[in-house]
Amino acid sequence: MHPLLELLADPALRPTLLGTGLLGALSGGVGAFAVVRRQSLQGDVVSHAALPGVAAAFWLGGRSEVVLIVGAAASGWLALALVGGLVRRNLAPFDAALAAMLATFFGLGIVLMGSLQRLYPGTNAVRLQQYLFGAEAATVRMADLAPLVVLGVPALLVLFAFWKEFKLLSFDPDFAASLGYPVRRLDWLLTAVVVVAVVLGLQTVGVVLMSALVVAPAVAARQWTDRLGPLVVLAMALGAASGVAGTLLSHTLSERGRAVPTGPTIVLTVTAVALASLAFAPRRGLIAAAFRRQVQRRRLLSEAGAP
Amino acid sequence: MSAAEREAMLLVAVTALACAVPGVLLVLRRLALIGDAIGHVLLFGVVGMYYLTGDLDSPWLVVGAVLSGVLTVALVELLERTQLVRGDAAIGLVFPALFSVGTLVASMHFRDTHLDVDQVLLGHVEYASNAPMAHLFGVPVGRRPTVALAALALANGLLAALFFKELKLTTFDAALAATLGFLPAVVHYALMTAVSLTAVAAFDAVGPILVVAFLVLPALTARLLTDRLNRLFVLSLAVAAAGAILGVRAAFYWRTNTAGMTAVTLGVLYGVTLLLAPRRGLLAAEWQRFRRRRAFAETVLTIHLAQHEGTPAEPAEAALSSLHRHLDWQPAAVAGVVGRAERHGLVTRSGDALRLTPLGRQHAREAFAHLPG
Repeated sequence: MHPLLELLADPALRPTLLGTGLLGALSGGVGAFAVVRRQSLQGDVVSHAALPGVAAAFWLGGRSEVVLIVGAAASGWLALALVGGLVRRNLAPFDAALAAMLATFFGLGIVLMGSLQRLYPGTNAVRLQQYLFGAEAATVRMADLAPLVVLGVPALLVLFAFWKEFKLLSFDPDFAASLGYPVRRLDWLLTAVVVVAVVLGLQTVGVVLMSALVVAPAVAARQWTDRLGPLVVLAMALGAASGVAGTLLSHTLSERGRAVPTGPTIVLTVTAVALASLAFAPRRGLIAAAFRRQVQRRRLLSEAGAP
Repeated sequence: MSAAEREAMLLVAVTALACAVPGVLLVLRRLALIGDAIGHVLLFGVVGMYYLTGDLDSPWLVVGAVLSGVLTVALVELLERTQLVRGDAAIGLVFPALFSVGTLVASMHFRDTHLDVDQVLLGHVEYASNAPMAHLFGVPVGRRPTVALAALALANGLLAALFFKELKLTTFDAALAATLGFLPAVVHYALMTAVSLTAVAAFDAVGPILVVAFLVLPALTARLLTDRLNRLFVLSLAVAAAGAILGVRAAFYWRTNTAGMTAVTLGVLYGVTLLLAPRRGLLAAEWQRFRRRRAFAETVLTIHLAQHEGTPAEPAEAALSSLHRHLDWQPAAVAGVVGRAERHGLVTRSGDALRLTPLGRQHAREAFAHLPG
């Protein structure tokens, strides 16, 4: 058997592949909406702002994965809601509001973590590191997939159940409001879906790298289509494929001696997919554009009767 | 206050002051998230230069970090210029990729090097008092990081004062600046270099993520208090200093992470300003709305009375006891409105009948003239 197929069939690796694949699909799907709405960096803010939620949940006695995830999601969502409030009341520009909430919430998380470390010495150092960078070499067990399935699949279902509403909200919120749709509530719901996707990814790939999983598949998919349906599906497919390919790549490389962390490998894979799409996409792509320009120049020159 | 706290406070204060000046420009130019991206990417520069030099104390590490910040800006702009990716997505594409390269190289090649992640990411103000002293002409002037950041704060302030006109023009009207020959691109990259340099210097003290708080929050807070660029700089510096002093105090009091606590304090100062700012604050806005609503009710009353003045229906329409039905008001609200209108000399009351004063009549006429349509 081909060694790559062998890896795919490896029962020890299967949960990891499932996990990163599912995560890639989920973040690709929500990322498509985020990129279309020019809110690509929502994911970045949520992943940073989740930290105080994790700490607070831990403080309140939560030790199970699900409780920590709920805490993370709650504080991530709160940060985005505050950003929305600031922008709606015209008190801060969107980007500065995002940066401000990101930094304040992250600072609060650090403060809480610092106090936790004093109260429960030795419990959190590893976790914090994992939270920031993702697991060293992601080894997902079958049991770890539970939150991804229990929360991630419903999040995707919400995305498709409110398809028409979210589409309208993304492209023309004023029109949506004039039709009587509860725009603000829909916005909150879509935000909640983004938050769930991001928070689920934190444990596997970490804060910084989760932003890439939201943005890059959508940017890649955007180059191939102008329609929302294909965009979301393609972003999900590219996200899932990058997740699986990145995991395989990091495991293959790791077997040659040096440990190659999974999260960064996935991010670089998905970035490569995005860059390749920017270059090679048939209509929007840079190469196609350069080619068209060349053809036009030739035609212009020949029509002008240049020597 | 212990010596350690004093040293920490000094370091955090100069860090905050150094960040406040470029922060104002980042916020005004809608580049706040570029600041965030630069913060994340510094690690890439440090790791890259360490890979090349093999020396953790090499000054090239700092150069690499600054360059990586500028590189991030250049890459983001390159992507934007293709017009295939918008600004926010371009940022989201560039910095995680560079960060990933940094972590990959670090974890593959420097497994044995002691690169404490917590320290790198969160800073270590707490150890400010262990830093070596810096000497000027043989005289010890302060801890080395503190002196470096103080110098940077001074340099940022001086540059902003010196190039105030250029910064103002390129920030608010880049097109006009370009036609006048001010080279907005040069100003832009100079600013980005300053931001990178400041972020690198602040890196040690507060870490790359909390630097964003120091860049953005004082400027946003000051922005709620003034619309003038020079006051914006001064107020940001003041907010930064206040946040640093209060934040470090709180951190030592509650014995928690100093940089994190300062970021939270800056956030709290912003929140308090949001509530209390005299003109743009939430409470001021609420108070304005309340006053406008009351004034509007008086105007409606005068218009109503003016409409029916001299008509057969006047006794019924101008009767205090039935006013709530004609105007569709809560009965309880009528007394308040009429009382205020009386006090303002718009109406007079005899028994149950309301009459407009000449002033009230004029008020109604003016309000009516201003009605749209």
